[in-house]
Amino acid sequence: MIKAILVFNNHGKPRLSKFYQYFNEDMQQQIIKETFQLVSKRDDNVCNFLEGGSLIGGSDYKLIYRHYATLYFVFCVDSSESELGILDLIQVFVETLDKCFENVCELDLIFHVDKVHYILNELVMGGMVLETNMSEILTRIEEQNKLEKLEVSFLLSAVFDTSLGELNSG
Amino acid sequence: MALRKVKGNLERMFDKNLTDLVRGIRNNKDNETKFIAQCIEEIKLELRQENISVKANAVAKLTYLQMMGYDVSWACFNVIEVMSSTKFTYKRIGYLAASQTFHPDTEVLMLTTNMVRKDLNSQSQYEAGLALSGLSCFISPDLARDLANDIMTLLSSTRPYLRKKAVLMMYKVFLRFPEALRPAFPRLKEKLEDPDSGVQSAAVNVVCELARKNPKNYLSLAPVFFKLMTTSTNNWMLIKIIKLFGALTPLEPRLGKKLIEPLTNLIHSTSAMSLLYECINTVIAVLISISSGMPNHSTSIQLCVQKLRILIEDSDQNLKYLGLLAMSKILKTHPKSVQSHKDLILQCLDDKDESIRLRALDLLYGMVSKKNLMEIVKKLMIHMDKAEGTSYRDELLSKIIEICSQNNYQHITNFEWYVSVLVELTRMEGTKHGPLVANQLLDVAIRVAAIRAFVVAQMALLLDNSHFITGFSQRASMCEVLFAAAWICGEFSEFLTDPKATLEALLRARVSTLPGHIQAVYVQNIMKLYGRILTSSGSDASMDEDMVAKAAVEEVSEMVAARLPSFVESSELEVQERASCALQLVKFVQKQLTKGQAAGLGAEIVSLFDGELNPVAPKAQKKVQVPEGLDLDEWINEPPPSESSDSEPEVQRPSLFATGNAENAYVESYQSSKPAELTQEEVQRNREARQQEQACNPNYLKGGGKLESKSGMFDVAEVPVAQLDLPVALKIPGLASSDHYLQKQKQTSSKKKVSTKKKKKSKKHKESSDEEELAAPLHVVNTDVGEMPEGATLSDGMDDDNNDLNDPHRALDVNLDEPLRAEETLPVRSHREAVKFEVTGEKKAKKKSSKKEEKVKKSKKQPIMMDLLQNGEHTNAPTEEPSNDFWLDHAEYEAMPDTSQSKLQVEENEKPKKKSSSKTKEKSKEKKKKKEKKVINEDSLVSSLAVEAPTFVPDLKQTMSNKDKNVLIVS
Repeated sequence: MIKAILVFNNHGKPRLSKFYQYFNEDMQQQIIKETFQLVSKRDDNVCNFLEGGSLIGGSDYKLIYRHYATLYFVFCVDSSESELGILDLIQVFVETLDKCFENVCELDLIFHVDKVHYILNELVMGGMVLETNMSEILTRIEEQNKLEKLEVSFLLSAVFDTSLGELNSG
Repeated sequence: MALRKVKGNLERMFDKNLTDLVRGIRNNKDNETKFIAQCIEEIKLELRQENISVKANAVAKLTYLQMMGYDVSWACFNVIEVMSSTKFTYKRIGYLAASQTFHPDTEVLMLTTNMVRKDLNSQSQYEAGLALSGLSCFISPDLARDLANDIMTLLSSTRPYLRKKAVLMMYKVFLRFPEALRPAFPRLKEKLEDPDSGVQSAAVNVVCELARKNPKNYLSLAPVFFKLMTTSTNNWMLIKIIKLFGALTPLEPRLGKKLIEPLTNLIHSTSAMSLLYECINTVIAVLISISSGMPNHSTSIQLCVQKLRILIEDSDQNLKYLGLLAMSKILKTHPKSVQSHKDLILQCLDDKDESIRLRALDLLYGMVSKKNLMEIVKKLMIHMDKAEGTSYRDELLSKIIEICSQNNYQHITNFEWYVSVLVELTRMEGTKHGPLVANQLLDVAIRVAAIRAFVVAQMALLLDNSHFITGFSQRASMCEVLFAAAWICGEFSEFLTDPKATLEALLRARVSTLPGHIQAVYVQNIMKLYGRILTSSGSDASMDEDMVAKAAVEEVSEMVAARLPSFVESSELEVQERASCALQLVKFVQKQLTKGQAAGLGAEIVSLFDGELNPVAPKAQKKVQVPEGLDLDEWINEPPPSESSDSEPEVQRPSLFATGNAENAYVESYQSSKPAELTQEEVQRNREARQQEQACNPNYLKGGGKLESKSGMFDVAEVPVAQLDLPVALKIPGLASSDHYLQKQKQTSSKKKVSTKKKKKSKKHKESSDEEELAAPLHVVNTDVGEMPEGATLSDGMDDDNNDLNDPHRALDVNLDEPLRAEETLPVRSHREAVKFEVTGEKKAKKKSSKKEEKVKKSKKQPIMMDLLQNGEHTNAPTEEPSNDFWLDHAEYEAMPDTSQSKLQVEENEKPKKKSSSKTKEKSKEKKKKKEKKVINEDSLVSSLAVEAPTFVPDLKQTMSNKDKNVLIVS
């Protein structure tokens, strides 16, 4: 099981936090902080596994992370997950983001955290890996975006209609 | 004009959207909280509007604020409103907010049941998918119960996307509503063979999670998984399956045997490191579970170790880390194979990556031998000097002690070396392992009788230079070593070369800064040393004549009497009490000395501390039998009307005897009892009161009175006085250096006998240790477990009740092979579904009733099966023949001509196993047609079940052979 997925930047600012186990907001912030402290002091050329922090999990849990430019992607998982598998999953996640945002950078995550969540929801569900095939993930995301677009255009036209209607009557 | 109006409408709709919020926060870095507070006010206004799009916008912003650590649970009702929107866009926003902010205890969840149900049954697969994703984050027990049936329905959706999500969702349902597991399990099992690989993978994932906690219930699925493992090419799924097998093999050695070959093939063939690593892990688990009796056993282990070596040698730090991790698993059972890679592991100790060093440290445990222990410890000590973080240094310290003390100091040949290592460890700054070092010193001193002289000499030096240890406040825990030092010096005072100097060290004024329990030990051991000096001053008879000796004794007494009051004034109760007693005793001796009646007093005092202290087994206290007729809960006296302050010390005392970590217990008890500083008068008053109380207390030894009466018989003139030969006190450089022993070891390996200067410290040892050869241990270790109360024996694991009562998996530990009972159904609410459900329910009931008779017949089958699983052998009785050929090797299968019949019997009892039986070749080809086949199988199954048992074996055989034909035709 994946217990939490955290994305934060080099200064520890959270860019995405997904907890698959309930923690209140204060605790969530503390976990992010602690995780950042654990991860940020490590060089880039050391291994990507870290025995879990004290706040989340315990001995059975590991932090598996990757560092991309300004962002850390951290997965907190228990022993039922394969370490290398999760590393691959992070790669899939980031590559998917890259495809969806076209050359993803931190700003994309800052301004579209909701979209990042939607993408993540296609990879992981309730702490379990849902899909790892990138083309499948991308199709699902695109289809849902299409649905949304359809609604927005419908909505806009509705707004126009009502406005026009008001205009005509007034 | 028209355009402006449209624009106005739009703007009202998106007053400030998420992007504006984020931008605003970024532009207001200086007064972020103020800005956000303002935003929250706006959001509250927006939430009050009727327009759903405004609300959705507000909720989206709240979701962002939640990530920043703001509690937004006040808006949960609005979140539900947005979730219930008919627009996918808003629904999505609502579900996202819900999945981020709701949790199983959120109260408004009960309002969502029908809405979520509607979404689950939505025509759009994305709406249903949305509901599933969201629900997986906040499902509560109530929701799980009410929606279980709807999710079950989705398991057979035509869309793989939904099936996949529903399968994963079932796991969450099981956790919150364990009663669902049994009725839902058959359906879940079907999903293991779903035509869509994503669904398959999800099902594997769920079963793995379930089986991880209760593996024995899922053994019957092994054949299905085995088939998947040998046919699938999906690495993700393979990893999960292989991990699952790792959990199953300890329960079923025969499964392990079957696994070795395909796993070995995978190890050879796969290019994916993750898969390779998991295969190795599972092979290790298999090899651990099959302790012996495998012919190619060693080749497998060799293969694993070789592959792991490649991983460790890889430049990728991740592989290195995992390689070491897996090595440590092999180490437990096959230490020899790991030991051959010692060079590599020692190399990893120098790695720049702390995680890797820590893993390598774990392995060291198995790397040490008598020969290399000193070298390895030396290396660790160097690391410890270099280490920056205290946590890593602490880890090193505890590892050094762990590898040295393992198996009752099995690898230590020279205890002088070990003691000097421990003494060197006391110089480590800021470690938390002071008590550990102290314990080791005590343990070695007690267990290794021959080393005592050396330990005592070293400890005397430590006491003399205690400021080195207590000098820095950050070394707080290292002062525990003084506890050990004081005790060792006092207890084995006969080995002290200069008791007076040590006594002085104990009496030094600085001592009063130490923690209370250490001071208490100081006082106690001051008296031991005092008694020792009195007796060693000469024979009782000559005391009076020898004025020099008498003067020396008087001097010592004066010193003790002068310094003890500083202990009496201690704020620690225990110290105070002991010091008062000690002071009175010394004053009394002084009086007798002046009267000239002190002869034999020394022996009297020594006899106070008579008797050898032996190690006590850790569980001894627990094992003390309660004598017959003793009721521990009964009041001994009438219960006091109320707790008076006088009883306080009595109340605290029990913690001294608290079970568990004795060390901690008494440290705590001292720390928790810090009475206010008392004035001399109060001390006096308290003391009188206490003495009064002690006089009435039958548990107190009234030593003073006894001594007084006896002492009258002695004449002070007869007190013996001997020449005190006090050499110059050793200085701190005299502390033994562990390096010296390492060098010595190296030298002795070339030359047998070497004499070094430094060894003059203990003459006794010089002779013995020189003669001894390296290979033979210098000292005999008392390896007893320790004393136990009479009649009690050691038992292992008696206190192992670590099971977490809150673990939801406890409730999921149910037998899944047992047929369903009538009442075991998923609860249904809506009318329409109830009809649907009844159909399935009937079906189940029908199956069940027909199975019932059979179950009576075969009620023995299950236990027999288990028996077989445990023994791995087959009984001869034909009806009790082993159930299914999956467990058998091919050869075994051939050798058993009669199995077919009984095999069939069980096969229909255990559906999952049936599927794997001997059709491995044809199975992967036609997935669509397999469904048909399954239907046929089930029909034949049901019909055969109706037949009476005696005749049904041949019948069944026929149906089965028909079935086989079907299969052949199908394929």
